[in-house]
Amino acid sequence: MLDIRNLQARVGGGADILKGITLTVNAGEVHAVMGPNGSGKSTLAQVLAGNPAYEVTGGTATFDDRDLFGMQPEERAQAGLFMAFQYPVEIPGVSNAYFLRSAYNEIRKTRGEEEVDPLEFLDIMEKNLALVDMEPSMMNRSVNSGFSGGEKKRNEILQMAVLRPRLAILDETDSGLDIDALRIVAEGVNKLRRPDNATIVVTHYQRLLNHIVPDFVHVLSAGRIVKSGGKELALELEEKGYDWLETPAEAVA
Amino acid sequence: MSSSIENLVNREYKFGFVTDIDADTIPAGLGEDTVRAISAKKSEPAWLLEWRLKAYRRWTTMREPHWGNVRYEPIDYQGQVYYSAPKTGKPLGSLDEVDPKLREAYDKLGIPLKEQQILAGVAVDAVFDSVSVGTTYREQLAKLGIIFCSLGEAVREHPDLVRKYLGSVVPYSDNFFASLNSAVFSDGSFVYVPPGVRCPMELSTYFRINAENTGQFERTLIIADQGAYVSYLEGCTAPKRATNQLHAAVVELIALENATVKYSTVQNWYAGDEEGRGGIFNFVTKRGKCAGANSKISWTQVETGSAITWKYPSVILQGDNSVGEFYSVAVVNHHQQADTGTKMLHLGRNTRSTIVSKGISAGQGNNSYRGRVFVGPKAARARNYTQCDSMLIGNRCGAHTFPYIEVANDTAQVEHEASTSKIGEDQIFYLQQRGISKENAVSMIVAGFCKDVFKELPMEFALEAQQLLGITLEGSVG
Repeated sequence: MLDIRNLQARVGGGADILKGITLTVNAGEVHAVMGPNGSGKSTLAQVLAGNPAYEVTGGTATFDDRDLFGMQPEERAQAGLFMAFQYPVEIPGVSNAYFLRSAYNEIRKTRGEEEVDPLEFLDIMEKNLALVDMEPSMMNRSVNSGFSGGEKKRNEILQMAVLRPRLAILDETDSGLDIDALRIVAEGVNKLRRPDNATIVVTHYQRLLNHIVPDFVHVLSAGRIVKSGGKELALELEEKGYDWLETPAEAVA
Repeated sequence: MSSSIENLVNREYKFGFVTDIDADTIPAGLGEDTVRAISAKKSEPAWLLEWRLKAYRRWTTMREPHWGNVRYEPIDYQGQVYYSAPKTGKPLGSLDEVDPKLREAYDKLGIPLKEQQILAGVAVDAVFDSVSVGTTYREQLAKLGIIFCSLGEAVREHPDLVRKYLGSVVPYSDNFFASLNSAVFSDGSFVYVPPGVRCPMELSTYFRINAENTGQFERTLIIADQGAYVSYLEGCTAPKRATNQLHAAVVELIALENATVKYSTVQNWYAGDEEGRGGIFNFVTKRGKCAGANSKISWTQVETGSAITWKYPSVILQGDNSVGEFYSVAVVNHHQQADTGTKMLHLGRNTRSTIVSKGISAGQGNNSYRGRVFVGPKAARARNYTQCDSMLIGNRCGAHTFPYIEVANDTAQVEHEASTSKIGEDQIFYLQQRGISKENAVSMIVAGFCKDVFKELPMEFALEAQQLLGITLEGSVG
C-alpha cells in the first residue's frame, strides 16, 4: 500500500531531518514509529501527509502505486491517506458538522459517489460519535475551538472513523492525553482496524502500544530507521530508553 | 512553499458584459443647467428643482474629503455624465414591455424579474442605470398600504411623503458626495410602510451601472411608520469597464416609534483588474434615524467589490430605548481599498448599539475600519458594544482600525474589542488533509470568520454572500 524508499526531507530550507527512510506498509498492518524527540518521526508523518512547510529533498514514495509526492495534500486525503494531527487546528466559526460533511463529500466525489445531505450525514455521525464517546452537541461547535486536549484528539479519531481512510497516520496522538482519554482513542482506532486498511502510529512512548498493538515497530534516530522488530521491541525501548540505540545510529552515519 | 499564502483571485469578473441599448444621455459636465436638465427630464415639481439647486450651489463651495485612508487619481467631475436613462419610448404597462436586452442583462445577473422572483417571494424594483424599469408585487403590497416604487414615481404620486422626509436624515448640505447626489440624483427606491404594518416579504433592488462613464447617483428613501417593520435587500453588480466609474449614492432610513428597518447590502461592483486598473469608486452616504422611541435600525453589509469604498452606514439614535446595529464584512483583494465603518450617535436615553465589523485583506488590498460612537449628554444609560476583527491573507495587504469614541454622559457603557489575525497555513493544511481543496479551505475559514455577520443576512442573501467571498478571494492563496 505504502512504499517509501530512501526518503530525505527538511523543513524551512535547513539541513535534512529525514536522511534516508525506507519503509513498506501493507494492508492490514499496524506499524509503530518510535524515537526520541528530534529523531524525525513527526516530520515523516507531515511529509507523507504533504504539509507544505516540509520539503522532500530525495527518495520516493508510492501510495497504492501512485507517486505520493506528486499529489496535493487534498489528493492524498481523497485517495485515503489520513493524518491525525498532534496539534489539531482550530477553525473558528466553522461548525464541526459542516467541516466534516464537506470533507466526507469531497472524498465521496473523488470516488464517483453521491454527496450526502445534512440529514443523511446526521445518521452517519450518530453511529460514529459513540465510538469516541462524544456528545452530539460537539458537532455544532466550531472545529476544535475551545476543545480540551482530549476532546481535540477524540475529534481526530471521530474524523478518521467517518472518513474511513486506507492509511491512517497517528502523529503522537497520545501526547497530552490522560489514561482515560488514551483508552477511548485507542479503542476507537482498534475498532477501525480492517484487513484492507493500515495504520502508522507515531509515538514517543510505549504506553499507547499497550492499547494499539502493532505488528511492526521501527525506531527512528537522527533521521534514520536504526532498528525494526515486532511489538516486543517497544517493550524493550520502554525498559532501556533510547540511549542504547543512539550510538549505532551515529556509527552508521 | 513558505510564501504559499499569496494570490487567490483570478477569475474573470463574471458580470462584465455591456448591454447595448439606446440611452437617453445628457452631455458630460456639471453646472446649474445640468441640474435643471435632469429635473426637467424627470418632470419634477419646482420644490424639488429648488432643493437640487441649493444642493448644487452648496456643493460648489465644498471640497472633496481626503481624510479617508484611500488613495486615488483626482476625479474629473466635469468629465462625468450625470444622467443616462434607457430609452423605452413610452411608459411601461407591464414587465413584458421591458426591453428584451434589458431583460437579458438581468437574466445574466441571475435576476429574473418575473416567475422566479415570485416563486422566491421577493419583490424587485430594478434600477438599470438611472431609471426604474419594472416593479413586481406592487399590487400585493398596495393592499397593505405599503408603497414600494422608484423615487421618481414617488415624487409624482406621493409628493407629501417625499417632501417631508427627503433630506431629513442626510441633508443636502451633509457632505461633498451627499450634496453632489442631492443635486444630480437620478432615481432610486422609495418605500413607505404604514403604521402597524409588517411588510410580509423582503423588498429587494438590484442596481447596475451600465452606460460608460455614467456616474450613478441613486437615492433611496425608506420610511417605517409607527410600529411598522420592513426588511430591504440591496444587491449591486456592474459590468466591466477600463475607466473608473463614480458612484455616489445616498440612502436614508427613518424608523418612527416602535418601528424596525433592516437594510442588507451585498455589494459586488467591479473592483478593477489585478493591476488596479478600472473599478468603481463608491462614495456612499447611508444613514438611518431612529426617530421614535423603541425603534430599531439594523444595517448589514457585505462589501466585496469596488476599487474604492468610502461608506459609513450610520444610525442616529434619537428616540428613547432605540437600537442601532451595524454588521459588516468588507473584503479587499488586489489593489482594492476600503475605508468603511459606521457612526452610532446616541441622543436618546437607554439607547443601545452593536457594531460587528469583519475586515478581510488579501493581495495588496487595504482595508480600514472607521467608526464613531458618540454618546450625547442626554443619553443616560446608553450602551455600545463594538467588535472589530481583521484578517490578513498574505503579507502585502493592510488592515487598519480607526475607532472614535466620544462620551458626554457618565452613565454610558461603551465597549470596544478588536483583533487582527493572519489566515493560517496550518488551518489551510488541516482542511486540505481532510480532502478539501486549498481554495475551498480559504473560503471556509473566511466564512467562519464572518459568521457573526452572515447570520444577520436574510437566508437567500447569506448563501450568495458566502459564494461571493469565495470568488473574491480566489487565487489569493497560491
